[in-house]
Amino acid sequence: MSAVSTVDRPVGGATAAGGPVRRLASWLHRHGWVRLTALLSAPMAWLVVAYLGSLAVLLISSLWTVNSFTGQLVREPTLDNFRTIFAEPVYRNVAVRSVAVAVAVTIIDALIALPMAFFMAKVASPRVRAWLVIAILTPLWASYLVKAYSWRVMLANGGPVDWLLGGAGNGPGYGLTATILVLAYLWLPYMILPIYAGLDRLPNSLMEASADLGGRGGRTFSSIVLPMIVPSVIAGSIFTFSLSLGDYITVQIVGGKTQLIGNLVYANIGAANNLPFAAALATIPVFIMIGYLVAVRRSGALDEL
Amino acid sequence: MSTEAGPAIRLSGLRKTFGTVEAVAGIDLDIADGEFFSMLGPSGSGKTTVLRMIAGFELPTAGTVTLSDRDVTRLAPFERNVNTVFQDYALFPHMNVQANVEYGLMVRKVGKAERRQRAAEALATVRLEGYGDRKPTALSGGQRQRVALARALVNRPKVLLLDEPLGALDLKLREEMQVELKAIQREVGITFVFVTHDQEEALTMSDRIAVFNQGRIEQIGTPAEVYERPASAFVAGFVGTSNLLTGTTAEKVLGRAGVFSIRPEKIRLNGAAPSIDEISAAGRVAEVIYAGPATRFVVDLDAGGRLVAVQQNQQTSSADVAAMRERPVRLTWHAEHVVAVPVSEDPLKGE
Repeated sequence: MSAVSTVDRPVGGATAAGGPVRRLASWLHRHGWVRLTALLSAPMAWLVVAYLGSLAVLLISSLWTVNSFTGQLVREPTLDNFRTIFAEPVYRNVAVRSVAVAVAVTIIDALIALPMAFFMAKVASPRVRAWLVIAILTPLWASYLVKAYSWRVMLANGGPVDWLLGGAGNGPGYGLTATILVLAYLWLPYMILPIYAGLDRLPNSLMEASADLGGRGGRTFSSIVLPMIVPSVIAGSIFTFSLSLGDYITVQIVGGKTQLIGNLVYANIGAANNLPFAAALATIPVFIMIGYLVAVRRSGALDEL
Repeated sequence: MSTEAGPAIRLSGLRKTFGTVEAVAGIDLDIADGEFFSMLGPSGSGKTTVLRMIAGFELPTAGTVTLSDRDVTRLAPFERNVNTVFQDYALFPHMNVQANVEYGLMVRKVGKAERRQRAAEALATVRLEGYGDRKPTALSGGQRQRVALARALVNRPKVLLLDEPLGALDLKLREEMQVELKAIQREVGITFVFVTHDQEEALTMSDRIAVFNQGRIEQIGTPAEVYERPASAFVAGFVGTSNLLTGTTAEKVLGRAGVFSIRPEKIRLNGAAPSIDEISAAGRVAEVIYAGPATRFVVDLDAGGRLVAVQQNQQTSSADVAAMRERPVRLTWHAEHVVAVPVSEDPLKGE
């Protein structure tokens, strides 16, 4: 085999210089597992150590406690932290509120993204489409904090939003509504882009066929377009939902007194100095997301990510 | 079939420009009720754009589309009594075959029992009984093609538009479907408008053919007219093999000036001496193309120019015909098979 390929090569320096390299390549070709190991060892190490490892540490430390007198870690596995979370209504409320915010953000983003992505993929000229993609991607380059604080300014008492709505106090001010509004703004691109990609792949002939068979716009959208892009919408919702569920900075900036899971985690790491309890709280969104992913797995959405 | 006076389709002064490109440059055309009409031309000749304007997917830049005396130029696709079979079939992948076929009826609020019955009839017409539960992805190319046909026919349109529907099928299946499409058209008796770039397909299936070139129609006629009496050099070349005698070659061989077409299968290679009403020319075989049942000989004439002659391989083997390469030959054909091709005087169409 190697003899044949040597003959195939142009005669000259390449053969002399490439001899050992070519022999190695040929040896690797015959030993596929060595190539695979070389290719995957670094990313696998990263995935196992940094990613799954930290998740394991999180789960293990959520079973520890802190001695309330000394503040020392007690490394004895117990479910006390979870018992507290389920027993105390305040934690339950925060968890429910966090999920509700994530759901609201996801729905708002989906409602805005669908017509927007449809326009980009099916109506706009290639030129307009390119500009729209840029317009959607540019905010992702700006700092998260800058965007959140600029919304703080906009939502301030007597600020631009109040002014647009007719005077001081007419806007939502800081609070839950402002949190949902700002999170919906922040994560909108993550919803538009998968839906745009899904619509882009949807052949125009399917919509033409529906119109040809007598379907008006609304019918074509509900019977043909929507069922075909459900996986893309779910793919987008995985982003908007999980990003909203874990957020705590936006809430601090525009949320007023509103608390979400992220804020409780933050407070327990900092002020309360109860790392195990923070870890236990942090597992809540992890399990909610695992539940969500399992639920949407069958829709084919995970192939869209 | 119909009592209406007007033709099934009338196109008047139809034009379509995309930006600066003129895809359709003025088409006037009547298609009769119940006709199998083919629009034949190379890609980019405007035939598909014309079809899409009849269906309503494109709005004409100028001109009108009339279906059975009704001006539909500005109407949406769902307001026209035509249905389309798409090149890529455009079956709805999330619906099974039954739901695909019933879609047009469901949208028009036809009752469930009637829907079932008409869908079953349409599937029987295309010989796909019992396939209702399958998803389109579980079907072969030929079967998808039939579902697309059934989905259109079930609505009983006045006109069925077919956009290169056989293009994606392999040769064997394509030939089967040609016969079948023609049979279905005879059975249902509606007008078929068939877009294709395959001249053989157009010749075998159509009642009439319009040959398209650069957004215009070069010739409209029956298959025999288009093949045997090409109205332009383009038609002579596109429908069949381009076999033209021009300029000094024509003067030397035929004794007349002009452009003349001779079909390759009309030319005899060597064989019997030319009779009184036959014409012959000497040349040398430049290329031999063995194609199973027949062989194509490309012959450079001593008088200049090049002709293709097709001979059946009744007595000859591939080795025999291969040995003909580089040999001097005599080409002979009947004088009546020489067709004078009108030379276009339109200065805008200069190549």
